[in-house]
Amino acid sequence: MNVLELKGITKRFPGVLANDHVSFELAEGEVHAILGENGAGKSTLMNVLYGLYEPDEGEIVLNGTPVRLSGPRDAIAHGIGMVHQHFMLIGAMTVTENIILGDEPTPVWYHRREAEERIRSLSEQYHLGVDPHARIESLPVGLQQRVEILKAFYRQAHILILDEPTAALTPQESEELFSIIRHLTQQGISVIFISHKLDEVLQIADRVTVMRRGVAEATLSARDATPQQLANLMVGRDVVLRVEKPPQEAGEVLLSVRHLQVAGRDGVERVHDVSFNVRAGEIFGIAGVEGNGQFELAEALAGVLPVSGGQLLLAGKAITSMSALERARAGIGYIPEDRSTEGLISDFSITDNFLLKEWQNPRFFGPLGLRRSVAEAYALEEMEAFDVRPRDPRLPAGHLSGGNQQKVILAREVSRSPQLLIAAQPTRGLDVGAIEFVHQQLLRLREAGRAVLLISLELDEILTLSDRIGVLYGGRLVAVVPGETATREQLGGYMTGATPAQEEGVVP
Amino acid sequence: MDLATIFLSPTLWAMTLSLGTPIALAALGGTFSERSGVVNIAMEGIMLTAAFFAVFFSSLTGNAWLGLLLAVACGLGMGLLMAWAAVHLRADQIVIGTAVNMIAAGLTAYLLHIFFGQGSPSNTPQLPVVTIPGLAQLPFVGDVIGHQNVMVYITIGLFILAHYVLFHTVFGLRLRSAGENPQATESAGLSVYRLRYLGVLIGAFLSALGGAYLSIGVLNSFTQNMTSGRGYIALAAMIFGKWTPWGAFGAAMLFGWASALGYMFQGTSVPYQLVLILPYVLTVVALVGLVGRSRPPAADGIPYVHAR
Repeated sequence: MNVLELKGITKRFPGVLANDHVSFELAEGEVHAILGENGAGKSTLMNVLYGLYEPDEGEIVLNGTPVRLSGPRDAIAHGIGMVHQHFMLIGAMTVTENIILGDEPTPVWYHRREAEERIRSLSEQYHLGVDPHARIESLPVGLQQRVEILKAFYRQAHILILDEPTAALTPQESEELFSIIRHLTQQGISVIFISHKLDEVLQIADRVTVMRRGVAEATLSARDATPQQLANLMVGRDVVLRVEKPPQEAGEVLLSVRHLQVAGRDGVERVHDVSFNVRAGEIFGIAGVEGNGQFELAEALAGVLPVSGGQLLLAGKAITSMSALERARAGIGYIPEDRSTEGLISDFSITDNFLLKEWQNPRFFGPLGLRRSVAEAYALEEMEAFDVRPRDPRLPAGHLSGGNQQKVILAREVSRSPQLLIAAQPTRGLDVGAIEFVHQQLLRLREAGRAVLLISLELDEILTLSDRIGVLYGGRLVAVVPGETATREQLGGYMTGATPAQEEGVVP
Repeated sequence: MDLATIFLSPTLWAMTLSLGTPIALAALGGTFSERSGVVNIAMEGIMLTAAFFAVFFSSLTGNAWLGLLLAVACGLGMGLLMAWAAVHLRADQIVIGTAVNMIAAGLTAYLLHIFFGQGSPSNTPQLPVVTIPGLAQLPFVGDVIGHQNVMVYITIGLFILAHYVLFHTVFGLRLRSAGENPQATESAGLSVYRLRYLGVLIGAFLSALGGAYLSIGVLNSFTQNMTSGRGYIALAAMIFGKWTPWGAFGAAMLFGWASALGYMFQGTSVPYQLVLILPYVLTVVALVGLVGRSRPPAADGIPYVHAR
């Protein structure tokens, strides 16, 4: 039985057809995924269902009855709950306070005990394991998300919309979320799972509806669908999921890391005695579970974090005591982990972001100051080369989509033709199409005889691109293995400490 | 008079309560405003306005309670102006607060000159001093809290009420949520604008009570700029008290104690001018000592814009 049907939903915004006659069905106890790239119309469709937008055409049918939803409260009253990608939680308050806010069980006095008891029993019923009087800010992201889920059930939701629920989760937390979802569906809850990640959609969903440019392209059974098929539907062309990597001889050593020690911002040492080399024409991948020192390593190489011990050599020259700017000049490009806060200045124009590492370049700065037209022409040229859209160099960088922001950073770093590119999580949160683009760029650098240090939490990415793979565990480089023969299982063993550090010959 | 006599004198502690009360009221007002997410530095101006109109209406009507009521109405008017600029117009809250303070200083000085010439009439009716039977007879304690202005007792009652409202009622929960995360508040179906208006208005109400108490409770007259920075000290008390009613109360009493000490030292060999600066020095020390440790509501001072 269908608990929800969307029939021919059309939503227009000035100049955009965000949803074009989209139809969608949700059966009781089903997980129905909506897959699509950023801007495909997934969010618009969900906002229509959540009462935030009124559709221009089409109807919403709940349990066989057509309804009009004129706001989120209306949607909630009809049993629709939504967990937003960015949680709507108050860090300084408790779980219970967050859940009951706006729908308190009693009108005047807030009876903490009774409310907490009710939250506790709900948490048990749905196996969420949430402590009702924990303070939100003390909870890890995964548990915060469950508080959001509880919020929906406290309001008697039987349809749960999860908007990009794994975006902020660690792989373990994602697994836990999936088992919670399976448990929910057994209790008759129906779940709409919005995502742009192929593998997780295939893992959790019963059916998948792929959206592209406002149109529902197809609805497939997850059992029969393949990643390639979904990716092609999503992007609208044949996508290369695993880029081809021609064999190539590595050249001389470009980056040499010797006995490196790095302390994090809290003063605790995160990287212990790490040594490795990256050669010209080689992609060296660093695998590891989050929090094992990989980002401190990246920042120390880029010169953002000070080195507390050891030596760094770039093409044989010591760079250990160089500042970040000096290292950039010496030929290190850096794609930081967090593009919007570390890679770009969101309020600055794209042009100004291109100039961040060029502020002493006489090409752009003459005796009278910034040569704006030269700079903008240059920015435009790079934006064309890297297909950044919209192609307006004066647009604030923060207005771009994540994929386009990353392209700006890539363009800035690659155009300075670095000898070494440090890429930390270069495809985090990006669409399939944008991921393909970034991967091709990294391979192009490899082909041009540059060195690439790729740090990623996505094992597939590491396995696809790397010529050699180093595994960080507890801040130590526990193994270095050739990329060609490495397997997920092998790396997973090192990453979790299940397999002890390798003997001679594999350790560098 | 030696130090021990001063510290053991019930007069010191009675004065502490009396001088701490206006600061406590304004600090509690600031707490409500900031808990809803609006930074309020206008306590000084609202107090001053209410202080003037309390005297004005008391002497006009011949009734201190009517004077108090109308003074509070004027304070609420100021609060409404502030809430409108801060919430609806989303103006910078520090600038609005400063503007309110400057308007109040100029307006009250001007009205004082027009209506009363140099000083307010000496026959202005006052809020009564009450004696609590039984309590007043106790040794020491009776001298400290048994015989005080009615506003002191009202204030203590208001603090008990405020604590429960803020932390044990649905309204308090909602008000605090607006100051912590207005997006989440709005997504729970609540109106952040309404909550913030209420926060600012409760703040103005309490600050006005404090101002009126100064002029028709403690001093029985209005003089130009008579609040002399108490609104700012209340701001410090609010921060020192970590945005909680009882914290604000304790901090305000500490400042009241420092002022009382200044009066007690008059006529002794200690230069009393030095002691008079004690509350202000204490303010600075309290704020410096608390930097990074006292955490304001997360969305305090950030104007909220409707999502749609």
